[in-house]
Amino acid sequence: MHPAPSVIFFSVFSGLGFGLLFWLGLGWPSATGIVAFVFFAIAYVLAVGGLIASTFHLGQPKRALKAFSQWKTSWLSREAICAVAALFLMAIYGAGAVFYGQHWRVIGVLGALLSLGTVFTTSMIYAQLRTVPRWHMPLTPLNFLSLSVAGGALLAGQVTWALWLILIAGGVQLATWIIGDTRFAASGTTLATATQLGGIGQVRAFEPPHTGTNYLLREFVHVIGRRHATKLRVIALGLMVVVPVILLLVPFSHIAGGLALLAHVAGVFTARWLFFAQAEHVVGLYYGKR
Amino acid sequence: MTELPQSTQKKLGLVIDLDTCVGCHACVISCKGWNTENYGAPLSDQDAYGAAPSGTFLNRVHSYEVQPDTGPAQLVHFPKSCLHCEDAPCVTVCPTGASYKRVEDGIVLVNESDCIGCGLCAWACPYGARELDQAAGVMKKCTLCVDRIYNDNLPQEDHIPACVRTCPSGARHFGDLGDPESEVSQLVAQRGGVDLMPEMGTKPVNKYLPPRPKDQPPDLDVLAPFLAPIDQEPKGFLGWLDRTLDKI
Ligand code: SF4
Ligand code: SF4
Repeated sequence: MHPAPSVIFFSVFSGLGFGLLFWLGLGWPSATGIVAFVFFAIAYVLAVGGLIASTFHLGQPKRALKAFSQWKTSWLSREAICAVAALFLMAIYGAGAVFYGQHWRVIGVLGALLSLGTVFTTSMIYAQLRTVPRWHMPLTPLNFLSLSVAGGALLAGQVTWALWLILIAGGVQLATWIIGDTRFAASGTTLATATQLGGIGQVRAFEPPHTGTNYLLREFVHVIGRRHATKLRVIALGLMVVVPVILLLVPFSHIAGGLALLAHVAGVFTARWLFFAQAEHVVGLYYGKR
Repeated sequence: MTELPQSTQKKLGLVIDLDTCVGCHACVISCKGWNTENYGAPLSDQDAYGAAPSGTFLNRVHSYEVQPDTGPAQLVHFPKSCLHCEDAPCVTVCPTGASYKRVEDGIVLVNESDCIGCGLCAWACPYGARELDQAAGVMKKCTLCVDRIYNDNLPQEDHIPACVRTCPSGARHFGDLGDPESEVSQLVAQRGGVDLMPEMGTKPVNKYLPPRPKDQPPDLDVLAPFLAPIDQEPKGFLGWLDRTLDKI
């Protein structure tokens, strides 16, 4: 799949933002006043910034409001609703913390759950697609959720939680890659099932429908990223897990914490880029490509 | 609404005969023509006369080479457009309700004034039947020529999709695949019509008729029995030359 920068930015930043909102909603840290304001401001910049970035890849962004209507079947619609509901509740909760020094528990917990729900619905947009076998598995939502909660813990300054959650997220990421590598073959879809010509003999794409490229090839067939996949995976895991864990284990300082966060985010970016670049859509088979 | 109907009154669709398609791409052109020259926005092209042309098409013809265990390879031309699936994954993923499947005839359509161009439906379609129009910013797909088949301003013989009307080899058939008595259903039954990528669970309405088995003629050269077989071992001067050259 084409790794569109807007979608990668959106999913990494809003994942972090909603991850932080999750921790804030639970009351860790239970800051008030100006400190709470800074925490909430960071969370909203990340979450809302990500959502705005996601509209950049729309063909008709001015109609984006219509996307709230089809929650009965569409994960994209559910994501939109979940995100707005989470941002709304957390704004009320945040106002309580910043202006009244109050933590309205019920609203906070509900907001925290909706924040996680937003990340889950985002991941389901990908996980629901049978056409991209690498994404079509329960590990995809687990991957998104574990990264969001771990990154959120790091942002929220929950050092011990962050340490363990980053390790767990790293394990999930590794499993996602290893199992993901086998998914296309396991799906059983081949050029023979795509054309139903396998009964006659070995099928080979002989001539594409046109000499130039097209929307389908640009969107679904992306081979460049896969060449360095192994190297990029090592880099991603190093930045996402190894560096932050080491920095968190040394006696805490704000500099080490900041560096850990930067490394982690850079690692998640790399992993998310690979998430798209390595994903193969079955339509590529019709073009003799993957 | 993007909920799929429980059932549709008709299942209008195409039956494509891979045995007779000659790969002329006439259906591609007539489709592009009908959907560009008539109602609504055209199917746009980018850089049409430049170095890297690219455009929106609702129907494309692939060609595949199939190599049997014995005998020569076969070339199969393979037209592909929306298969108007019964369990259309492209419809349920749509966040705006722009994509829908009609209850009356099962045609899958996009309401272009509701589409935000998120592209998710194209991701969900296994067949590459949807393309985002780069000029209009909305999703385009085969409409089964809904603006022809019910159009009373056209003569009766034109109440079929443009591709079917155009195909010079009669490789494309249009009809109600929900009615077992219809000509298309009969054709599918006779020729063993198949679904593409059945494992995707989309239940496509359009069916593909596999190429008929090729017969293996024993010897097509009608004059062969009347001609003396060509000598394998040359005699005379050529024979001498052959033997001498062998020895060197
Ligand atoms: S062929 Fe693709 S676009 Fe057409 S109904 Fe099926 S899934 Fe949807
Ligand atoms: S591109 Fe348009 S029709 Fe397709 S899912 Fe998005 S809004 Fe729906």
